[in-house]
Amino acid sequence: MKVLHAVFLLLALAAPTPVFAVEPNEMLSSPVLEARARALSKDLRCMVCQNESIDDSGAPLAHDLRVLVRDRIKAGDTDQQVLDFLVARYGEFVLLKPPLSWHTVALWGLPPTVLLLGAVIILLDLRRRRAVPVEEARASLSAAEQTRLAELLRDSSGS
Amino acid sequence: MIPEIGQYALMLALGLALIQGTMPIIGARNNDPVLMSIAAPAALAQFIFVAIAFLALAECYVVSDFSVLNVFENSNSQMPLIYRLTSLWGNHEGSMILWVSILAFFGALVAVFGNNLPVTLKANALGVQAWIAAAFDLFILTTSNPFLRIPDAPFEGRDLNPILQDPGLAFHPPMLYLGYVGFSIAFSFAIAALLEGRIDAAWARWVRPWVLGAWMCLTLGIAGGSYWAYYELGWGGFWFWDPVENASLMPWLAGTALLHSAVVMEKRNALKVWTILLAIIAFSLSLIGTFLVRSGVLTSVHAFAVDPRRGIFILAILAVFIGGALSLYAWRAPLLKQGGLFAPVSREGALVFNNLFLTSACATVLVGTLYPLALEALTGEKISVGPPFFNATFGPLFIPLMLAMPFGPLLGWKRGDIVAAAQRLLAAAGLAAIAVAAAFAIEQGGPVLAPFGAGIAVFVMAGAVTDIVERTMILRLPLRAAVRRAIGLPRSVWGTAFGHFGIGATLLGIVAVTAWGSERIAELKPGDSIEVSHYRLTFDGVFNRPGPNYRDMVGHFTVRRMSGEVLGVMEPSRRTFPARNMATTEAALMTRRVSQLYLSLGDPNPNGSVAVRLYFKPHVLMIWLGAIIMFLGGALSLSDRRLRVGAPRPAKKAKAALQPAE
Repeated sequence: MKVLHAVFLLLALAAPTPVFAVEPNEMLSSPVLEARARALSKDLRCMVCQNESIDDSGAPLAHDLRVLVRDRIKAGDTDQQVLDFLVARYGEFVLLKPPLSWHTVALWGLPPTVLLLGAVIILLDLRRRRAVPVEEARASLSAAEQTRLAELLRDSSGS
Repeated sequence: MIPEIGQYALMLALGLALIQGTMPIIGARNNDPVLMSIAAPAALAQFIFVAIAFLALAECYVVSDFSVLNVFENSNSQMPLIYRLTSLWGNHEGSMILWVSILAFFGALVAVFGNNLPVTLKANALGVQAWIAAAFDLFILTTSNPFLRIPDAPFEGRDLNPILQDPGLAFHPPMLYLGYVGFSIAFSFAIAALLEGRIDAAWARWVRPWVLGAWMCLTLGIAGGSYWAYYELGWGGFWFWDPVENASLMPWLAGTALLHSAVVMEKRNALKVWTILLAIIAFSLSLIGTFLVRSGVLTSVHAFAVDPRRGIFILAILAVFIGGALSLYAWRAPLLKQGGLFAPVSREGALVFNNLFLTSACATVLVGTLYPLALEALTGEKISVGPPFFNATFGPLFIPLMLAMPFGPLLGWKRGDIVAAAQRLLAAAGLAAIAVAAAFAIEQGGPVLAPFGAGIAVFVMAGAVTDIVERTMILRLPLRAAVRRAIGLPRSVWGTAFGHFGIGATLLGIVAVTAWGSERIAELKPGDSIEVSHYRLTFDGVFNRPGPNYRDMVGHFTVRRMSGEVLGVMEPSRRTFPARNMATTEAALMTRRVSQLYLSLGDPNPNGSVAVRLYFKPHVLMIWLGAIIMFLGGALSLSDRRLRVGAPRPAKKAKAALQPAE
């Protein structure tokens, strides 16, 4: 019997079952509560998985966490309380959307910074280019072009 | 013998790359035509030897030579031929061989088709291309040699990871690599231009076809990977913001920006310095992607390789190439002359806007991908950056881009009239408003903003059509004259319209499927039914079906309309691979126009019931059809006479006759 048990364990370890996340028997009977649980699950990481939410993962830990989330919801927790509970237990690693704090400032701040900085650089560049004086632009012309320009200007003022 | 030939060929290729990377560049500096003329034949020879290495490895896979470690670890003689062949690049060593093969292939193309290039530019560009080749050849030979033997050859191989035994593997990595590595050409040309300290509009004309080709392959490669994940992973997700996906998205974003800025450079001789930088960035991001995927620094579904030596080697390649390129840029770029003035509201202005937002989006993906790694490396703190972060940051950056997109092609060069453009887009905006109203009326539930997302998508698509309608004057001229104008339009105009239409279609698919898709999870006994959207599925039972190297447990379901009319059967299965003792879910798909029913099977219970997941995915095919339309747009643009590689300048007269009024 013991041998059989060991063989079974070995098989279970060697043959990871295919991804099949939320199982029918885990789901809450109330559609409203279940919808909340699903929405929360999408923001929570399955910590032993590779970049998967507990809603997508078929791992046993993800199953345990899904059940835990549903237990807390049944117990009357708000969404925030559920998240706080999980962060207290597993750390911020469990959140797929890191909250804004001193060590994520650069993460959240970079996209708007790049956008603003880029916009400022472009505006400055446009202003600088428009400020190029006519004389300087003219000086960059070759002698032949200068004469031609002078002719054109004379023509247009003459007519 | 064959693997030894392969390894030897690769070593020769490395030697050739070293010659190609030095002599022509010295020649270009000293204006020595003999040294410069080495570049093209060296590039061709290098390609031939890399191809020999590739074919040697392919032969080992095809004949299942398990005395080769790489073949033993990743193949199995029971697999069908196509998977024996594709498992070549289903692993680290083999995929690097594919990488250098494509690199050498592009080098050879430049050597053959680059006859109209200035000699020094061609010599320098091929030289830089050879540095990249040498670095990666050395990487393979020292850390990732696929030709290593096992003393006692085993009888059977370990088999390819079952998830990879799919036609997707034949298509996705080669296309992706064609895209990644294709940007190396733009990079080499950029470095060559910096080495020479000279750059003009013609540079953009030479580089644009390469960028366009790489971008097309990358677009299809990403879309193909997305569709593969969609049907393979069993729950119908099409994008996960996984670091490996991000690694391919970043070069795509930078490449898209490059494609647009190169237009400005070619047409107006402006944005030169910026375009050079983008060319460097696009390939640098490809290198970063290679590092992320190949070093094992990520623990993600795609990353199999775990060996720090490799990571450090690739990191060194990254540091040398990106650091070197950026230093050279910082040193030489101020010497390049800026040119081409334009008003803020103009075609150039619109393209600058495009570049600003694409670059910001790219930076967002980059920081989101690397931040958790950097934070853990520096402070030991672990955080997760997942889809909710990217949806919150990337999404808002894409909305203004989409809204502005239809305006771009309608604005004139130098100085545009935004009011006139807006007037011409009234019809498109009207269509978008109708779409928003229709979405509110038809779809119950889903996020409140979703109908507006659909509206933006329709606006983008209608805007692309508007451009063609305006240029052909189809509403004002008799049909024949309009058709004549349509034929006479430059192909690149059609390319733009297709490209923009395609991204609109993709957006529509993404919005519809995320907002209005529905899902049922249930446990069914034979005879039970389950309903989703307008369809009813009846579970008829389970049966077994053997395959070449697996067995299937198949569920049989009959699909009916609510009225009872039978539409067909769906047969999802659970596939067990004895060689690795692994199993996969094979979802069943039923296509209804551009929507799909998606069904996957869970474990059967002892009492005969089975867990199923059933999804209705509205408009989901639009996501990938959009990508195909974008690809066609690229192809149309590439076929434009003015862009064709090596095409002689068209005669002025013929061009003037065909040129429509802009």
